[in-house]
Amino acid sequence: MKKSGKKLILDTKGVDRVLSRLTHEILEKNKGAEEIVLVGICSGGVPLSRVIQDKIRSIEGVEVPSGYVDITLYRDDLSRAGYQPRLKRTEIPFSIDEKKVILVDDVLFTGRTIRAAMDALIDFGRPKNIQLAVLIDRGHRELPIRADYVGRNVPTARAETVEVLVGGETEEWKVVLREPPPGKGK
Amino acid sequence: MEWRRKHVLGLADFSAEEIEFVIDTARSMEDVLTRDIKKVPALRGKTVVNLFFEASTRTRTSFEIAGKRLSADVVNFSSAVSSVAKGETLLDTAKNINAMMPSIIVMRHPASGAAQFLSRYVSCSVINAGDGSNEHPTQGLLDLYAIIKSKNKVKGLKVAIIGDILHSRVARSNLHSLGRMGADLWLCGPGTLVPKEMGRSGATVTNDIREAVRDADVVMMLRIQLERQKTAYFPSLREYARNYGLDSEVFSLARNDAIIMHPGPINRGVELSDELADSSHSIILNQVESGVAIRMALLYLLAGGHNAAR
Repeated sequence: MKKSGKKLILDTKGVDRVLSRLTHEILEKNKGAEEIVLVGICSGGVPLSRVIQDKIRSIEGVEVPSGYVDITLYRDDLSRAGYQPRLKRTEIPFSIDEKKVILVDDVLFTGRTIRAAMDALIDFGRPKNIQLAVLIDRGHRELPIRADYVGRNVPTARAETVEVLVGGETEEWKVVLREPPPGKGK
Repeated sequence: MEWRRKHVLGLADFSAEEIEFVIDTARSMEDVLTRDIKKVPALRGKTVVNLFFEASTRTRTSFEIAGKRLSADVVNFSSAVSSVAKGETLLDTAKNINAMMPSIIVMRHPASGAAQFLSRYVSCSVINAGDGSNEHPTQGLLDLYAIIKSKNKVKGLKVAIIGDILHSRVARSNLHSLGRMGADLWLCGPGTLVPKEMGRSGATVTNDIREAVRDADVVMMLRIQLERQKTAYFPSLREYARNYGLDSEVFSLARNDAIIMHPGPINRGVELSDELADSSHSIILNQVESGVAIRMALLYLLAGGHNAAR
């Protein structure tokens, strides 16, 4: 790791290649795009699910429904957090009944976010199944949850952070592993 | 920003930023209300006590539904059937309820300042659901929210509030919420019910309903509180209705796309004609709907970790 305490894991090209493979895996496992709907987890999963939607369109020529879910109201640590987190929006403008829901997030860590997202989804309907696609799996699970599609496995220390940054007109991506700030435990 | 308030007692000291924060939170709550399963686990294990010392259907039910949609346990106390009827003081009632360790007490009381008083003696959060003629903050927020949903903005809109301004906690809270967000506020009613000093709040005061309604974007009619009219503020109800009731003729002076609001319950044919109350300009039921989302937002924000002990 460099002196700055930062390490680049993936750049725009890298993210694009990873998402291409991930999309192919989703289509292969589900034998096409039929019955597939995409749901991104706010905020990190939302731009990723849009890219996957684009890729499915160019590969299969179909437009799969895509929505997003904010899991804040389903968090298991609400009364532990210092102040209530700002809520984001949820929009799933289609029925998920009997659909294969691909849940999309940027980083899979403890698994608690995914647990909350699954609870939220089940309040929307009864999907045929829920599959999980993540860009980065950094380990340290606290719940029995695993991803069906993983972009990149990144071994990390617990106190490190993984940031997935996307911005700019050209949608530039950057995945960065950051050391904990000095003074913070391991 | 971070939400740092423990109580919501009035809107007088709310910043524009805080008001926007509540509105944004209410929008997300409305996402929940449009689904089939209109319930989220956010307030699981928390208790909300509705403490109502005055008759109320709408506000109490709205808070009850809001609490239940967030999975809180909601307990209703109303003074007619509680120990208050046996002569218990507000302080004793409050201390007893506090000992049952609720997370939030929602209180309506006929005395101005009652919510403020309560907040000093309990360790949980307090939401004022109307105290005398002082404030009704959740109404002020839900009216603002209903206007924003209908007009996409509030800044620069002409809003006429018409009726018994003097006794109206709804008007007072709306002056704070709409005023802070930049509405052009007009207050109108008979001289006895619209004190000239209200002009100091930045609103324009008039006794002429036509002047208030002309080119208005929003016409908010207040209820004539028949139960509070023991003193004669106006000669007769009929005369009041003739001078300060809203009918199609007066309303035609407003902008074509103007909306009509009323905090309810309506005295039909007194402050508002039947025809207008049920017209497409009326957003009265939308106000009720917005109320649940606003109250969910406040319950959520007050149930934060700083109250974790409860």
